Amino acid sequence: MGGSPIVLGIESSCDETGAGLVRDGRLLGHAVASSMDEHARYGGVVPEIASRAHVHAMGPVVRAALADAGLGLDDIGAVAVTTGPGLSGALHVGLAAAKSYAYTLGVPLYGVHHLAGHVAADTLEHGPLPDPCMVLIVSGGHTSLLLVRDLARDPIAHLGDTLDDAAGECFDKAARLLGLPYPGGPAIDRAARAGDPRAIAFPRPLSGPGDQRYAFSFSGLKTAVARHAQARGGAIEVGDAAASLQEAVADVLTAKAVAACREYGVRTLVVVGGVAANSRVRALAAERCAAAGIELRVPPPRLCTDNGAMIAAVGDLLVRSGAPAAPLDVSVDPSAPLEYAALHPVPARRAAVG
Amino acid sequence: MLLAFDTATPAITAAVHDGTAVRAESTQVDARRHGELLLPTVDEVLREAGVKLDAVTGIVVGVGPGPYTGLRVGLVTAAAFGDALGVPVYGVCTLDGIAYAAGQADDLDGPFVVATDARRKEVYWARYGDPRTRITDPAVDRPADIADEVAGLPAVGAGAALYPEVFTGVRPQAPVHQSAAALAALASERLARGEEFLPALPLYLRRPDAQVPAGYKLVMPK
Repeated sequence: MGGSPIVLGIESSCDETGAGLVRDGRLLGHAVASSMDEHARYGGVVPEIASRAHVHAMGPVVRAALADAGLGLDDIGAVAVTTGPGLSGALHVGLAAAKSYAYTLGVPLYGVHHLAGHVAADTLEHGPLPDPCMVLIVSGGHTSLLLVRDLARDPIAHLGDTLDDAAGECFDKAARLLGLPYPGGPAIDRAARAGDPRAIAFPRPLSGPGDQRYAFSFSGLKTAVARHAQARGGAIEVGDAAASLQEAVADVLTAKAVAACREYGVRTLVVVGGVAANSRVRALAAERCAAAGIELRVPPPRLCTDNGAMIAAVGDLLVRSGAPAAPLDVSVDPSAPLEYAALHPVPARRAAVG
Repeated sequence: MLLAFDTATPAITAAVHDGTAVRAESTQVDARRHGELLLPTVDEVLREAGVKLDAVTGIVVGVGPGPYTGLRVGLVTAAAFGDALGVPVYGVCTLDGIAYAAGQADDLDGPFVVATDARRKEVYWARYGDPRTRITDPAVDRPADIADEVAGLPAVGAGAALYPEVFTGVRPQAPVHQSAAALAALASERLARGEEFLPALPLYLRRPDAQVPAGYKLVMPK
């Protein structure tokens, strides 16, 4: 088979087990299994439950992705895997599978930074990213504003991050306060449809003139919801609270993202991650980008949440850029900062741990 | 041609066995590096044995019990190898491998106990009638709670060595951690006798530590 190799991407950094197949920027097939239902009763992801679920899901998910693409294991020409950041035990499951497939198939292995995967997800739907572009990653674990040039080659400039809770985490916690189910994001989105987004004036954290321009903070918003609930006793109007909270989150996210595009002269904003599926975040981003003459790109929801296809997409870029493969003793880095799309930690060489 | 490995003890151990004898073995002890070192170790034993992957006819893997993250590395690796090579994966209780190795290293002819470190001041353990015959299911317990059941028995493994006040018959000449060579030899004997193997799934013996929240507490300044 000529041309670029088919890349198998494996993702297991949190509660989704994903496998995807990508070649030359095209998604050939993918599959995702989630242990979310097992975590719901705990109100959040339990790392050990997630790790155990990955063990059971990994083989079937790889097979399902191959079936989706109409391919066999022998068609795989490279393997890419999330090596961080994420839950350590969960990352190790994906890495062990990826190493084993790469080794037994005799193909190169690439370690991928999870957030770079989210960035690349959009290329599978809308084609290559322009250089430069602004990327807003919003999920249950991350809220980051990134200035991206050539994803496979250049360092990624991290303009800002959340100082405390991620936006999705804020939705989860607020949902619990409002008596809505986990995960909170979709539940708040649904409840907000019946509410008035102007009913409650929730704060817009870090939006003052002296604040860090591209940093985020959402733990105070959660507290504001709690105060509101407490002040009203049992008589809380859930729809209004959900709509007002969603408005505050969407306002802060999109205002900062558009301001960053303006400051850096970037014409394209990409919004990715699970919270990109939020209807108000999407609508407000579209409105503000249109007003500012910025092209907005948002991948479809199935590529916004964690999946293997986005990791394969980064692997495909790395392969085609001639990036070096990972060594066989590559490890994971659960708290890796985003510097490059490729992530090949070998931590034990730095310090022998007894 | 069997490829065997086990990551349920602090050892990262792999071996190649041709049905008659061990062709190569490599064992390193580093409880925090299973994820990094297993594949290089597998690669090393295959090279040393001069065995190509397509000659491997079965994967033997220790299914634990053992600390979870390391244990999972071995089982996920075994499953992917089995899938990619199209060969069966034979699960063997990790303690059985240590018992078998103890029988080779020491003349244990009567009953004995194998115990590994389960962390949290507990041990994974089982009793054996002889080095090939386990007579209790593997269990996880505080040493003090099983003192009556293991007192005076010859004892093997790092879990026994950690708690000599309970495991009073620790055998210094027996192996402390797992050896994939012993695991492979044991599996080879079992295959020849047509015995059943365990499914290649982790033997955790504990439920995940997680508490269902009773209710969300509202904690904030007045």
